[in-house]
Amino acid sequence: MAAKKITTPLTDEVVRDLRAGDAVEITGVVYQARDAAHKRLVALIEAGEDLPFELAGAVVYYMGPSPAKPGNVIGSAGPTTSGRMDAYAPLLMRHGLKGMIGKGLRTAEVKQAMQDEGAVYLAATGGAGALLAKRIVGNEVIAYPELGAEAIARLEVVDFPAIVVNDCHGGDLYEEGRAEYAREV
Amino acid sequence: MHGWREDRVDPVRPVDVAEVTAAVKDLCITANYDLPVDVYEALEAAAETEESPVGREVLAQLIENADIAAADRVPICQDTGLAVVFADVGQDVHLVGGDFEEAVHEGVRRGYIDGYLRKSAAEEPAHARRNTTDNTPAIIHTSIVPGDRVRLTVMPKGGGAENMSSLNMLKPSQGWAGMADAVVETVSRAGSNPCPPVIIGVGIGGTIDMVTVLAKKALLRDVGSTHSDPRLAGLEDELLERINALGIGPQGLGGTVTALDVFIEEMPCHIASMPMAVNVQCHAQRHKTVEL
Repeated sequence: MAAKKITTPLTDEVVRDLRAGDAVEITGVVYQARDAAHKRLVALIEAGEDLPFELAGAVVYYMGPSPAKPGNVIGSAGPTTSGRMDAYAPLLMRHGLKGMIGKGLRTAEVKQAMQDEGAVYLAATGGAGALLAKRIVGNEVIAYPELGAEAIARLEVVDFPAIVVNDCHGGDLYEEGRAEYAREV
Repeated sequence: MHGWREDRVDPVRPVDVAEVTAAVKDLCITANYDLPVDVYEALEAAAETEESPVGREVLAQLIENADIAAADRVPICQDTGLAVVFADVGQDVHLVGGDFEEAVHEGVRRGYIDGYLRKSAAEEPAHARRNTTDNTPAIIHTSIVPGDRVRLTVMPKGGGAENMSSLNMLKPSQGWAGMADAVVETVSRAGSNPCPPVIIGVGIGGTIDMVTVLAKKALLRDVGSTHSDPRLAGLEDELLERINALGIGPQGLGGTVTALDVFIEEMPCHIASMPMAVNVQCHAQRHKTVEL
């Protein structure tokens, strides 16, 4: 399966070109953020305050790594379950977020926001944290270091592998893939 | 004293709890770095049979990931779990040198800090959700068993799969058909969330507390093993076939391998009850055992 090479920040043109089922390799900066960080980001937006990173075109990676061993850029770094961020994702998309990397199902509201705002949801392989860490070449905590694994970090990735699950046209690989292989017993 | 014999050897064997701490520390680290052989081989077999090309690619990544983790001595998955510890303590063991449960917690503390494992325990779950910073407390299940050995098993349990588990207080009239439907429905609803291909532990019977422990203990079986009770072995096969017909596939991206195996443990229950628990486990089915 030939992967489409994409770079961040994502443009509308790149997002529109991606279809559910496409394999991609991402190069550039993605922002590590999970539960606690999302709660704080949404509070900042609602208070009208500045965010710790530029949301326009940004890609967030739902991930909380294990601690890096000495000499390593990061510990194991696979995706966490995205559904826990569903309550926050539409607001972030309305403020410019273009891509989300995680694993697992999204709500209808999140999928609708992706169509309305032009954003894409990508699945990385859950439980492949040792392999995915090899594609992360830079790691700098930029906000909330007190949250430990839940801090926001600026990650530099090279050819980071993922698969488009939800595109901005309504495509949904979780539904389409499952329907293709489901059978009667 | 009745039954006392002068030549009888004192059957009590002392075990220092410092040995328990050292063993638990070691188990936490090796369980998180080294995927068990049975799981590894099941992933290899799945990569042969999976019909979806995307599914085969995912399985290839998981095998490569296990190789990297073992070679580089890093965790298979960043979610290194809460430490679930099963302790089978021989009744002829005398634990000396300190508090047994504290010794287990200390082993977890040292394992998760020294092994660069993620600390994923949050205290005051409903409000503060503060990280306890050392992954304690462990979840400890102690059994008193015959003999003079201490058998310790550490099963790091990640949150993503645990969240998809279910407890079902069914009616006896629903029978096996109702129970099987509830198991399949749990896996179906979970979809891509618990990192399929999953391993399913099913507890049947007992009480609301015991049935969930049965489901968790079921996960300790080797993937690919057959239940010693042929009747339960047949039910396991039936569930596995139905689950793999759901089409969820590796990572939920569509495919024919949704589960690697299904394990059932059962015990009698109240005449009015039919408890059933499904403990969902991700493909990173990590557990290690040692005997002291």
